[in-house]
Formats: sequence, structure tokens, C-alpha cells
Amino acid sequence: MTIGLDHYLIVAAFLFTIGGIGIFLNRRNVIVILMAIELMLLAVNINFVAFSQYLGDLVGQIFTLFILTVAAAESAIGLAILVVYFRNRGDIEVDDITLMKG
Amino acid sequence: MLGFYMPDFRLILPEGILVVAALFLVMEGVFRKNVTFRSLVHHALLALIAALIVLIFMHQPGYKEVTFEGQILQNDFIYLAELLVLIGATAVMAMSLPSMIKENFVSFEYPPLILFATVGMLLMVVANDFMTLFIGLEMQGLSLYCLAALKRDQIKTSEAALKYFVLGGLATALYLYGVSLIYGFTGSTNFETISSVIRIESMEELSIGLFLGVVFIMASLSFKVSAVPFHMWTPDVYQGCPSSVTAFIAAAPKVAAMVVFLRIMAGPFLLLYGEWQSLIVLISLASMILGAFAALRQNDLKRLLAYSAIGQMGYVLMGIAAGNDEGAQAVFVYLLIYMVMIIGIFGCLMCLRGKNTEGIQNIEDLSGISTLHPKISFILAIFMFSMAGIPPFAGFFAKLYVFKAAISAGFFGLAVVGVLTSVVASYYYLKIVKVMYFDEIPAAPSFSYGQALVLSAEIKIVLNICAAIILLFFAFPNPVLQMAQQAALALPI
Repeated sequence: MTIGLDHYLIVAAFLFTIGGIGIFLNRRNVIVILMAIELMLLAVNINFVAFSQYLGDLVGQIFTLFILTVAAAESAIGLAILVVYFRNRGDIEVDDITLMKG
Repeated sequence: MLGFYMPDFRLILPEGILVVAALFLVMEGVFRKNVTFRSLVHHALLALIAALIVLIFMHQPGYKEVTFEGQILQNDFIYLAELLVLIGATAVMAMSLPSMIKENFVSFEYPPLILFATVGMLLMVVANDFMTLFIGLEMQGLSLYCLAALKRDQIKTSEAALKYFVLGGLATALYLYGVSLIYGFTGSTNFETISSVIRIESMEELSIGLFLGVVFIMASLSFKVSAVPFHMWTPDVYQGCPSSVTAFIAAAPKVAAMVVFLRIMAGPFLLLYGEWQSLIVLISLASMILGAFAALRQNDLKRLLAYSAIGQMGYVLMGIAAGNDEGAQAVFVYLLIYMVMIIGIFGCLMCLRGKNTEGIQNIEDLSGISTLHPKISFILAIFMFSMAGIPPFAGFFAKLYVFKAAISAGFFGLAVVGVLTSVVASYYYLKIVKVMYFDEIPAAPSFSYGQALVLSAEIKIVLNICAAIILLFFAFPNPVLQMAQQAALALPI
């Protein structure tokens, strides 16, 4: 059996959905949310590389490099914000992030 | 062909100035021993004004050029958008100094972060390719997350920053997934190539993947403009962040994101008009309704302004939904007037301070303030009337043009809902005026009651200009209308 474009797209779609569910259904830890965002970005990378190979066009792979770089910057900033939050709050439970409502 | 064309660096000169200045400011903040926050803010202000001057003097009407291998475009539309972004950033930078010093919020990161965010917004606007747009979006987004978290010792601020970051990360992922689908189904990330591929394909049947991609991109952009399904971050960020940061987040980034929204919808996806139009109508309806009703029960001033911003973005989206020349023109006029009003309102809020010079919080903190500070209350009242859309203030005309565009495109229902929600919304704008002018000064004012007034020359200049624009727009609308018309003509619609 050959592995075609469809298979890659299905895997990426699954990973993307798992990441999305991870953000919304996770009720415990904020770090899990950061991991879920990372998972979504990597799912996009699979999409780009698969399309790039399929189309015989390099732009998709260049885009992937950009995404990897930006994802690193994003998780660095996310962790920094999380550290600031932890210092003020004392824990990182998702259910406790409810000071402001309405 | 292996040769490369030399890119035209003149087209990104304002961005270049700002990047160099931002790096210089970071170095200055880290290495100079006795540098004051005041001088850093002034240097950043100089850089922004220099970029503004360069932008204005480099501009030739009717000029259009694509450079950097198709990554960057310059025309009248983009010129006006860049102008708005730079003016917004400059005004907020000029106003923020006194309030930040009073709040003891003097981290040297503030000026360079504002400059980086401005560069990101300019890049978003000039981008002619989804790759450059991504870099612009991220540069703006990441700088704004840092800005939001900058006041490190307050739990509300860090909670707001955390929410902003998580939802922003989700929006980035949605955007990228959408772009990857579009890349897969059109074979390119360049706006012009995508547009021509869609034109060829639309003769036959269009693939479902393309629609999915457009929907994902629209979702992520509606996060950036805080339109309804993705508005959740707005109230928390507005409430939690210091006023100087909120003012920045509320003004220029909204304008940049809305311009990008218009540019993508009317550029590469113009021929999919029939498909995205109904979605935009839905988003616009939901934003207007939520903005009008959710703000009614707010007591916190900045939270109220957040819901009002959601509603206002609904009106702007109405202009995009119209999808014609008139709509694009109305979007520009609305964005300009909205930005002026928002800068003015936040300027007033930054001036008024409590007993120990902390910022004011609730609507009650304004009660009877007109006897204490007649000038500031008068200016704030003008902005509130204008936000409510009461003639002859500029806000009325902004709404009028949007409604006209919607009606000429046949969206009668949308225009009717727009008028009705603006009636509901005028309740809370006018309530603020009522509290200022007709309520008694409380016998025992709370600690955040706005009894002190902190002014500086820059704030006075900015507030006077904003008030003059709002008051005089009905007499001299032509310069603004002409610029908006030229900008709209540069769009392919």
C-alpha cells in the first residue's frame, strides 16, 4: 500500500483536532494548553510539507521553517507569561483563572 | 533564471526606521546606566514621528508597486492603512507617559515593544503573501502578549495576558491551518496568484478545501478584530491591563487587523464573495447584538469599552459584508473615526486619577466630575456622544456611511439591526455622560474616585486634535472621504 497525500492530511487533521480539544476540554493545567497549541502548529507543518511534496513546490517547506521559528518564540513567551502568573497566583489550575468574568 | 531583482527598500523604509529604533531602545534600556523612562519614551516617539514623516513624503498618489519577490505591495489603500496605524501608535505613545509614571509602571520594555508591535502591524498591512502576513501577525501578536503581561506584580494583569496568549495561539493555529489548505488547493501563498487560480477554477467547480481554508482564516482574523465567536479575550484584557497598554491594544491593532480582513476578502478571495458574504453578515450581526447587550450590565469602565469595541467592530464588518467600493470606503472612514474616538476616550481615562493617583475603575468614579474638571468632562462627553452616533458628531457619519453601503448592497435586515443595536448601545454611552454631569459628588469618595487630574503637554495636544476632528468632521468631511475613496479605488473590487 502506498501512503498518499490523503493519509498525511488525515493525520494532520486528527492532530489539529486533538490540539483543539486539548485547549477547550482540558480543565487541569495550563501547561497542557501550551502543549496543545504546539500540537496544532505541528499538525499544520505536516500539512504544509505534504502539500509541498505533492505540488513539487518549495514554498510550503519554507513556510514550515517560519512556523517552527515562530512556534519557538511563541512557547517562550507563553512560558514567561505562565511564570509571571504563577508568581502572582501560586498555582496554574485552569479552573482558577476566573478573577474576571461577565 | 537565477538572477534576483534588487528589492525596492524604499517601500519598507518606515518599518526599517522603526526596527532600528526599537533595537536601539532595547540596547539603551539594558546598557545605559542612568537612562530615564521619560527619555526612552521620547526617543520612541521621535522614531514614530520620523516613520510617519517618511511615509507621508514617500507617497505618490496612484502609485502601485510589488517588490521583494511579490511579498510586499504598496498602493493608495496600503498607504492609508499604514498612516492610520502609525498615527494610532504615535498618539498612544505620546499620551501614556504621565499615567505610567503615576502608576509606577516604568519598565523600559514598553517603548520598544510598542515599536515592534507597530512594525508587525505595518508588515501585516503591506503583506502581499500569506507568509509575510503570518510574520506580521505574529510580530504584532507576540509583542502585544508581552505588553499585556508587562505589569508583573498584578494578578489581574497576568491573568488577562494568559487568556490573551492562549486564545491568540489558537487563532494563529487556525490561521496557519487555513493557509495550508489554501496553499494545497491553489498551489501558492501569493495573493495575486491565488486570485488568478481561483478565477480559472471558478469556471468549473471549486473544491471544498478552499472554502474550509477561507473559513479558518476568517475565524482567526475575527479573533484579531475581536468579532463575536472569538471575542472572549477582549473584556478581560481591557479590564486587566493598565490603561496605557489597553489604549494601544484598542486603537492601532484593531485598525490593522480590520484592514487586513478587508484586503484578504476583497483581494485573493474576491471571487468567493457569494460564500464568505453570509458568514461576515452573521459575524457582524452577532457582534453588534452582543456588543450592545453585554455592555449594559457592566460597571467597570474599561470592560464596558471592550464590549462597545466588539459592537463597533460589528458595524465595520457590515462595510466588508457589503463587498463593494462604497463598503470599502465606509470601512476606512469608520476605522479612522473609531480610532480617533478610542484614543480620545482612553486619553481622558488616563488623565483622571484617584486620590493616590491610581487609575479610575468604575462608572461611579466619574460621578459629578464635571464640576471638578469641566474641560476633561466636556471632551469625554463629546467622545461619548460620538460613540453613541448622535449627530452632528463624527461617529454619526461613520455609522451613516456603513449603513448606506449595507443598504446599497441589499442588506436591509443588517442595516435595521445595526440601527436598533446602536440605539441600545447609546444607553450606556449616555449613562456615562449622565453620571458625569447630573450625579452628585459622593460624600465619601472611593479610593479610585477621579479627583486628581494628571496632564502633560502631549496629552493636551492629542486630546484637542481628537476632539477637533470629532467636532468638525461634519463641516469638512472631504479630505477624509477623498482619501478613503482613493484607498477603496486601489482595491480590485
